[in-house]
Amino acid sequence: MTDAIHHRAARANTLDLTPDLSFAARQRMGLLDLAETVQLWRLCWTLAWLDIRLRYRGSMLGPFWLTLSTAVMVGSMGVVYAILFRMDLHEYLPFLALSLVLWGYLGSLMAEGCMTFTTAEGMIRSVRMPYSLYAARIVVRNLLVLAHNVVVIVAVYALLHAWPGADVLMVLPGVAIWLVDSFAVCILLGALCARFRDIPPIVGSITQMAFFISAVIWKPDQLGRHEWLLAFNPFFTLLEIVRAPLLGGLPSPATWTSALAYSAALCAASWLLFARVRGRIAFWI
Amino acid sequence: MEAAISAEHVSVDFPLYHGNARSLKKMVFRTVSGRVAPDTKNRVVVQALRDVSFRLRHGDRLGLIGGNGAGKTTLLRTLAGIYEPQAGRVLVRGSLNALLDPNLGMNPELTGRENIMLRGLYSGLTLPAIRQLEDDVAAFAELGEFLDLPVRVYSSGMVVRLGFALATAIRPQVLLMDEWFLAGDATFMEKARVRLEDMVRGADILVLSSHATEVVLSWCTRVIWLDQGRVRADGTAEAVLSEYLGHPVSRPAPAIERA
Repeated sequence: MTDAIHHRAARANTLDLTPDLSFAARQRMGLLDLAETVQLWRLCWTLAWLDIRLRYRGSMLGPFWLTLSTAVMVGSMGVVYAILFRMDLHEYLPFLALSLVLWGYLGSLMAEGCMTFTTAEGMIRSVRMPYSLYAARIVVRNLLVLAHNVVVIVAVYALLHAWPGADVLMVLPGVAIWLVDSFAVCILLGALCARFRDIPPIVGSITQMAFFISAVIWKPDQLGRHEWLLAFNPFFTLLEIVRAPLLGGLPSPATWTSALAYSAALCAASWLLFARVRGRIAFWI
Repeated sequence: MEAAISAEHVSVDFPLYHGNARSLKKMVFRTVSGRVAPDTKNRVVVQALRDVSFRLRHGDRLGLIGGNGAGKTTLLRTLAGIYEPQAGRVLVRGSLNALLDPNLGMNPELTGRENIMLRGLYSGLTLPAIRQLEDDVAAFAELGEFLDLPVRVYSSGMVVRLGFALATAIRPQVLLMDEWFLAGDATFMEKARVRLEDMVRGADILVLSSHATEVVLSWCTRVIWLDQGRVRADGTAEAVLSEYLGHPVSRPAPAIERA
């Protein structure tokens, strides 16, 4: 075999492991981990895409089943809740479509984030890969699902001629924060759940409760003079920084402040935990 | 880059979490109720490797022997960077391939072709190299049209051929190999043996963990005998194996020349 395939220098060829317990050294290893994941973006994308393909392999519509089920849910809930809340369907339906699709992303990210490392057990125990790769895979997979559901939003907007104005560009900072936070959530929950196996049900309950108290299916102004309370709810403020610009409005400064503060806390917690336990995850799963 | 391995005073402890140690609730309640007993973490720590040191240079072929639970697989995983040591230092220079798990990363739901592509991406291969990998594996595994069907519909023989072809397709400088690879020795196809020996010969450094002393004797120049995570003996293959088996052994005509 003369044409044997050799490793190319795509990844670092020197492995130097020493239990330097200083936090600076741990942070350096954490950064290296992140840098390797960036280099492996193609693998990350392929893994996420194959996950989606596998879920829907053999079904006629493929991943568009997601789109269809979201459309049915938006349509049926839209009619019922518009009557319950005595709201105009033309105003309520775009709000609900957007809310449900965005919440669908947040909810499944939290649930799947818990499994970041536990479902990758076979891989982790047989080859050295950067741990952040597994988190990136969950994020990309959920972004792909979100992309399929965006079709529903576009359809509702087109049907009702509810296009938002130029303020829609203000969604970009919100989206950027979402990307960073999504990654942080997967690392944080993934590491915690690898160690403590009773956390996933707790996360499930919290997500379910948050769905009802975070102005997902009802509008924030329905709280009347108690609306200010919402600024303390991280689920609401993070949802609002992406949702409001897409509905042609702008989030209040209080909402932005709250979303940024919670994001900073989340990222700090996630980074500190990751730097601290990265080398231990293989022993936990 | 010259391949090299150095392990200096490497120790790996394995926490065995079972029952309550996995539970956050139990841990919180224990802490809150102030009953901080010595077994408060309720975990058993297995000292899988203790103070293991050795150096390997270009051309070295190291065999690891020892009973079950002696730490052979843990040492391979530590050299592969999967387990990070709690004490000591591991330094591995050169591209590395660890054949630890026969179905490494193989997803039975994916087609053979998709599995090949994933393996290539895991190894950091470029796209042209992945196409070459695909040709190489397809030719060796003789899967024909099955290459585009999910691996779960393969016969067990086809799965073995695909797994073996994939594992042996990418040539590393440092090859770490667990004994499973030689498990089906009697029925091992001649073709597979030639391919494996070709790969072993091509590697700059080989670390092989095995119970099959005749394989160790014919492939390895140096042997480390692990016992309960410690190095019990380290020396030439003949010397250590004679001590291990309790009767003198001599080297047969070398099956594999040093690279």
